[in-house]
Amino acid sequence: MAAVPMAETTLLVFRGDRESGKAVEYRVPFAPGMVVLDALHLIQARQAPDLAVRWNCKAGKCGSCSAEVNGRPRLTCKTRMDSLPRDKPITIFPMKAFPIIKDLVTDVSWNFKVNRKIPPFRPRPDVEWKMYQRDVDRVQEFRKCIECFLCQNVCHVLREHGKEEEFGGPRFFVRVASLDMHPLDDVSRASVLKEELGLGLCNITKCCTEVCPENIHITDNAIIPLKERVVDEYYDPLLRLVRKIRGAGRA
Amino acid sequence: MTLAHETHEHDVLIIGAGGAGLRAAIEALAQGVRVGVVCKSLLGKAHTVMAEGGIAAAMANVDASDDWRAHFRDTMRGGKFLNNWRMAQLHAQEAPERVRELEQWGALFDRTENGEILQRAFGGHSFKRLCHVGDRTGLEMIRTLQDRGVNLGIDVYMECAITRLMKDGDRIAGAFGYWREQGRFVVFKAKSVVICTGGIGKAWKITSNSWEYTGDGLALAYDAGADLMDMEFVQFHPTGMVWPPGVQGILVTEAVRGEGGVLRNKNGERFMERYDPKRLDLSTRDVVARSIYTEVREGRGTEHGGAFLDISHKPAEYIKRKLPSMYHQFLELADVDITKGPMEVGPTCHYMMGGIRVDAETAQSSVPGLFASGEAAAGLHGANRLGGNSLSDLLVFGRRAGLAAAEHAKRSPTPTIDSLQIADAEREMLLPFERGGGESPYAIHEELQDVMQRLVGIFRTEEDLRQALSGIEKLQERTARVHVEGSRLFNPGWHLARDLQSMLTVAEAVTRSALARRESRGAHSRIDYPDLDDAWGKMHNVVVKKADTMKLFESPVIEMSDDLKQLLIEESGTK
Repeated sequence: MAAVPMAETTLLVFRGDRESGKAVEYRVPFAPGMVVLDALHLIQARQAPDLAVRWNCKAGKCGSCSAEVNGRPRLTCKTRMDSLPRDKPITIFPMKAFPIIKDLVTDVSWNFKVNRKIPPFRPRPDVEWKMYQRDVDRVQEFRKCIECFLCQNVCHVLREHGKEEEFGGPRFFVRVASLDMHPLDDVSRASVLKEELGLGLCNITKCCTEVCPENIHITDNAIIPLKERVVDEYYDPLLRLVRKIRGAGRA
Repeated sequence: MTLAHETHEHDVLIIGAGGAGLRAAIEALAQGVRVGVVCKSLLGKAHTVMAEGGIAAAMANVDASDDWRAHFRDTMRGGKFLNNWRMAQLHAQEAPERVRELEQWGALFDRTENGEILQRAFGGHSFKRLCHVGDRTGLEMIRTLQDRGVNLGIDVYMECAITRLMKDGDRIAGAFGYWREQGRFVVFKAKSVVICTGGIGKAWKITSNSWEYTGDGLALAYDAGADLMDMEFVQFHPTGMVWPPGVQGILVTEAVRGEGGVLRNKNGERFMERYDPKRLDLSTRDVVARSIYTEVREGRGTEHGGAFLDISHKPAEYIKRKLPSMYHQFLELADVDITKGPMEVGPTCHYMMGGIRVDAETAQSSVPGLFASGEAAAGLHGANRLGGNSLSDLLVFGRRAGLAAAEHAKRSPTPTIDSLQIADAEREMLLPFERGGGESPYAIHEELQDVMQRLVGIFRTEEDLRQALSGIEKLQERTARVHVEGSRLFNPGWHLARDLQSMLTVAEAVTRSALARRESRGAHSRIDYPDLDDAWGKMHNVVVKKADTMKLFESPVIEMSDDLKQLLIEESGTK
């Protein structure tokens, strides 16, 4: 490090729990290439040892360190401090759509419950285990998901309308898409999508796609094709008839 | 007297929900026993998600002449013959089946033109052997196992940390821990416990490891009387990011070299020609890490003290397709477009070859009912691990540990946990709140990382190691006086205070073992003893807890069976 005195940055970090909380100001030294998570760790080590932050890999691969930085949902480990305006304090708040446990840590357990509603991968009977890259490519996009839940956090069906009971959220549409579009899968999840995950409530505002740190085209590549699938299955009388005759082994 | 706490009862309790823990859980559940999995983080966030390059398995999809024998030979050679040969054999034989199984559970690997699983080259492997998904193989693996486990019905206790193993006489009886969220205590009663807690890299400053890698499982097992073996063998991955400082240590997958990336020094020389002219950039990790370190030490390093790793001679589309995370990682964190220019890389603490000594077939430790697999177990990798062998290790020995733990549970009576053990474990956890004026756990952690980084790194000397040992002892004394502020509600300072104890135990074990081994072998390089020593090649270092102090003894390497010896002689021409 050069001997030049380092600049400082001011952060306003949410401190509190389920009952109450407020933004608290901290000043940290500003180093080149620093990310927001580095600043939070500095605060923990020097000023607030009990500041609760979730993180694991610090490399954008685990999806643990999601928060709202200057009002925008992001991974704190991939948000460079020098990408943020420094003429005013940087605000760091927990994800809004989930109940607060403490400080920046929220209760995301609801997501794990939703996941259990999804019928697992089941290969076609007597399948030969061959797949081609062109067929795998499409599915691999969805499997990049690191479960940061930022898409869940910005989805207004959850964030503003609190439809946790009826709605699964973009993360789990991506997951259903990854199963449904697996070249060797043999399960129809249309009824689950319609009845239990409330796919119809999504009105395609694309907020989820915008915040995805893995650049998954959640709306265009996962949600819209799934919506079409549900429409085919439920509202296309001709297709329904064909399926009925064929039997097709579908649930 | 003990405070109010929850109690959960299982036949098999698995500590750790990475690849090994989840594979063990799936297998134990298939045996019809009650299985619980405890993990410090949320499910699916374990260090396995960060594994990038691939799973080594001799499937012969790309190189038709590959087979388990070749994989066995590569593994033994990479480990400088300090491997448990039986583990290396089982691993090489069973890995392909474990990969196929993963695919049948829904994992989607990259494909060959014939529609088979594609395999890529990696350091120390003599054939293209790594099954992969771009550079996010670990994520694919953990997600597949996680979904399978959840659908089968394993009970997962997330964000729960185990602080002690409970015993009933000599055998294991369960574990004691706390919920990170509220800080409440919890007791798990179990007939078998499987340690799948991974490695120890957070004791070093520059590391690729996540915060969870504090050596908890090793320290828990050691405290419960198990042997820790080969602790001097800590792998420094040759290529971590060196700049900017905030991301120092983050892994740059070996797949960059596997796909054709080349290492150069600041003069543009392809320096691996000097250190391993035959295998060059795809030499084993110990050799490449030492080579980069030597270039830097001799003044031929880059501006930020590393080497250049360049893959920009390949087409941009190819790079983005084969190494998508690396492309984004460098673009977003270091402002470097790797399709246009080189990355700056340097060694980073990455993997622990040593760990809990286990039986090859059953993964059982020296404590009845206590099992270990994955990075927490010792044996498979010997003195140095080949890339790609860790993901296959998790599957092969995760499965074996789950199976044996379930069988052990079936034939064991229900243990009892005496309440004094629980009361003692509670008292230990509450002490840091009660004492006033002690030190911050963060400060002690920083000092420990500094000691290990400076004195117990890639090159070691007797003097440095002795200094490290006295440093660790002082930090142990200070840790006994550590003070924690705030409440028990999700308190990272408190969590770190406990993790520090594990890190100090493993740091001491590594340092003592490194001091004892007066030779250079695999990942252990002694400047004062630079050569391989045949006598040391026949010995493991083992540490065990006796009367509250760490005792070290030598233990002979298990004699290899004749047919395998023959197998190694047959191809002794290649290094």
